[in-house]
Amino acid sequence: MTMSAVVLPWVSGLAVIFLLVGLIWGFFFTPDDFRQGATVKIIYLHVPAAMIAINAWLMMLVCSLIWFIRRHHVSALAAKAAAPIGMVMTLIALYTGAVWGQPMWGTWWEWDPRLTSFLILFLFYLGYMALWEAIESPDSAADLTAVLCLVGSVFAVLSRYALVFWNQGLHQGASLSLDAEENVHDVFYQPLLLCIAGFILLFVALVLYRTRTEIRTRRLKALVAQERIA
Amino acid sequence: MPDLGRYAVEVLSAYTGAIGLLLALVAASLWKGKKVRADLLEVETRRRKKS
Repeated sequence: MTMSAVVLPWVSGLAVIFLLVGLIWGFFFTPDDFRQGATVKIIYLHVPAAMIAINAWLMMLVCSLIWFIRRHHVSALAAKAAAPIGMVMTLIALYTGAVWGQPMWGTWWEWDPRLTSFLILFLFYLGYMALWEAIESPDSAADLTAVLCLVGSVFAVLSRYALVFWNQGLHQGASLSLDAEENVHDVFYQPLLLCIAGFILLFVALVLYRTRTEIRTRRLKALVAQERIA
Repeated sequence: MPDLGRYAVEVLSAYTGAIGLLLALVAASLWKGKKVRADLLEVETRRRKKS
C-alpha cells in the first residue's frame, strides 16, 4: 500500500497528460484519411481501448494463476479490480467500432470473427464480475473466477488473433505493425502512440486505485465481522 | 474545431460516448474508494475508542 500510494499520483498525472496531448493532437491536428475521411480520428480511441480490453484480461489471467499457485490474496483482488476497467474498454472498442463501421462498412454490426470474439469477451467480463458478486466466501469466489478467467483467456487470444486464424470478415488487419507498409502513416501513428501510452497509464492507475479499495473493503468486512462476534 | 465534413456526427458521437464512459469509470472508482476509506476510518476509530 505504501509503494502504490507513492506511485499512484505520478501514474495518474502522466495518464492525464498523455491522454490530453494524444487526443487533442489526434482530434484537432491530424488530417483526414483519403478513404476514411474524418472517421480516421476514431482510431485514437478504438485501437487503445481494444488493446487494453484484451491485455486487461491477460493481466487478470496472470493474477489468477498467481492466486492458484501462491494463494496470494492481493493478486486475486487485483484481478477483481481490473475486470470493470477491461469491461468498459471492451464496451468502448465495440461502441467506437460500430460508430466507425456504419459509414465505412454500411453496417453497425457484422458477425465477423474479430467482432464476435470481442462481444464474447465483453460477456465474459460481465460474467466474471457477476461471479465475484454472487459468491459470499472470498476464497471460493477467487477460485471460481480464476477458473472462469482461464476459460475466457481463449476468447481474449481469439479477439487478438481472429483475423490470423480465420482470415475472413470485414475487420481490417492490425493498424500497428513493424512492417512499414502495413503500419498506419506517421501523421496518425505518433498521436496514436501517445493515446496508447495514455490508455496504458490510465489502466495502471485505475488498477492500483481499485486494488487499494478492494484491500480496504476486505479489511473493513473483517473488522465488522470481528465486532459482530465480540 | 476541425472540419469533420459529412462524418461529424459519427466522430463526435464516438468521442463523447467513449470519453463519457471513461469519465464514468473514473468517477465510480473514486466514489467507491472514498466511501470505503471513510467507512474503514469510522470502524477503526470506533475500535480504538473501545480498546
